[in-house]
Amino acid sequence: MSVAAASRGARLHRLERSALTGVLVREVVNFSSYWRSATFSSTVEPTIYLLAFGFGFGSLVSRVGGYDYVDFVGTGIVATAVLFSSAFPAMFGTFVKYQFQHTYDAILAAPVDTEELVTAEALWVATRAGVYGCVPMLVAIPFGLEPSWGMLAVPLIAWVSGYGWACFGIAVAGYAKSIENFSYIVSAVLTPLFLVAGTFFPISALPEWAQVLANLNPLHQCVELVRHAVFGFQGWEDIARLGVLVAFGLIMWRIAIRAMTQKLVD
Amino acid sequence: MTGELAIRLRGVVKRYGPITAVNGLDLDVPVGTCVGLLGPNGAGKSTTMRLLTAQSIADEGELEVLGFKLPEESKMARAQCGVTPQLDNLDTTLTVEQNLLVFSHLYRIPRAERRDAIERALVMAKLVDRRDSRVDKLSGGMRRRLLIARSLVHGPRLVLLDEPTVGLDPQVRQELWALIDALRSQGTTILMSTHYIEEAQRLADTVMIMSHGSAVAAGPPSELVIEHAGHEVLEVYGPPKRLAEVEAEAGAAGLRTRRTGTSISILGVDGGNGFQVDGERRPANLEDVFVLLTGEEIA
Repeated sequence: MSVAAASRGARLHRLERSALTGVLVREVVNFSSYWRSATFSSTVEPTIYLLAFGFGFGSLVSRVGGYDYVDFVGTGIVATAVLFSSAFPAMFGTFVKYQFQHTYDAILAAPVDTEELVTAEALWVATRAGVYGCVPMLVAIPFGLEPSWGMLAVPLIAWVSGYGWACFGIAVAGYAKSIENFSYIVSAVLTPLFLVAGTFFPISALPEWAQVLANLNPLHQCVELVRHAVFGFQGWEDIARLGVLVAFGLIMWRIAIRAMTQKLVD
Repeated sequence: MTGELAIRLRGVVKRYGPITAVNGLDLDVPVGTCVGLLGPNGAGKSTTMRLLTAQSIADEGELEVLGFKLPEESKMARAQCGVTPQLDNLDTTLTVEQNLLVFSHLYRIPRAERRDAIERALVMAKLVDRRDSRVDKLSGGMRRRLLIARSLVHGPRLVLLDEPTVGLDPQVRQELWALIDALRSQGTTILMSTHYIEEAQRLADTVMIMSHGSAVAAGPPSELVIEHAGHEVLEVYGPPKRLAEVEAEAGAAGLRTRRTGTSISILGVDGGNGFQVDGERRPANLEDVFVLLTGEEIA
């Protein structure tokens, strides 16, 4: 009992609120100088996918997996927007701040530890992803997606999902020797995951082995959760999906801290 | 707290693979003094600075900063330290004031005191009328002043300055010296690394000369000069052959010499100890000591 209390005390001490706030304030103040470009890329890109697939593919098929195609893509694409506004900014942002701007040297000289730095950066990116992730869904509404109360849960799903991808991006930046290494991750990891997430076509169209793999894809869990949030939750199944996203976030969080610790502290 | 020491290092060793960057370093920085770490590039000054903020973890030895043991209690120590890095890492797309605001949060200044703390830092850096300028619009000297002011925003008890004037022109350097001197006269403890002799001589109460990761001499600049180079130095100019002869003669007379490229300096020729060679007499300086002890010319 006393041991547990002591370790919990140490844990709180390791992640101090004032340290997290300090790092977050830096991000928020910086955001005021670049929010236009960040908002542009995070919203326009998924919207283009939505329009291209919605009109292009949607003219060939009207219903997919039991949904109108615009409903299918308009919800699925939330996961794409989350990915684009979390994994990518986390990868590039972390690397640039470490390698070129030396920002992390300044932050770690203040009373902030690597664990707090990584956590705060991930919280910030996740929050952006939570907001930007909803944009394509909102864009889909004038194209025929029916508003529903469940949509209110989408920012939360996008946030949880974005937290994992933010940590993923930070971890990649932590282990990458140069910014060119990112191409391997983008081509070999992110692109396949993005395509077999069930965003543009249902994964039931895939061979069985690929379906099994797709279920391990956190993006797929995000896609399904968002669809269910909008068209009706599926009870335990969705709790399990949320569990996968939370587990993904926690595992990536610890990996990101490890990656950045070996990078920043020698 | 160990007596009146702001920094206390004992037998500190830091290795990077086969390279030993810091090799059994002892360092004392008494409260209220300015200590200069002087050494050529690669002597271990920057590694020492990183060790003090626990951005490097020592392989051996004891480290205490403001009474806190490192690395375990480093965060507490860092809360009361200000660090000016060698590399400019200001947020360049933010204004002067925004940069200070960010650090007022990172250093946990209570909300009610934040405004005043930022104003004080602006005054100290003489940037009050540039508060709304973006950092990328500032001159090199202004940026460096802001970098120092940023490390002072929370009124630290100890300030670590890593090569504070490296790469700046002489006028700007003098401006910064005035700033550091003002800080010193307020009683802030300072540890400053530099490879500029004049900087150490002007600002430091005590200088520690580092070479290959350890201390080779420590003391007030004037005492170090007298101890190692005497009062006067004889500077002899001539063709290389002549210089070699003079070097041999001085050696035979038991005097220490150093080459300075175009001349040879004969140290400790005080009071005419029988050495008769034509040359220019000049007072000995810290550079003589530096070259003598580190065996290296400075950039």
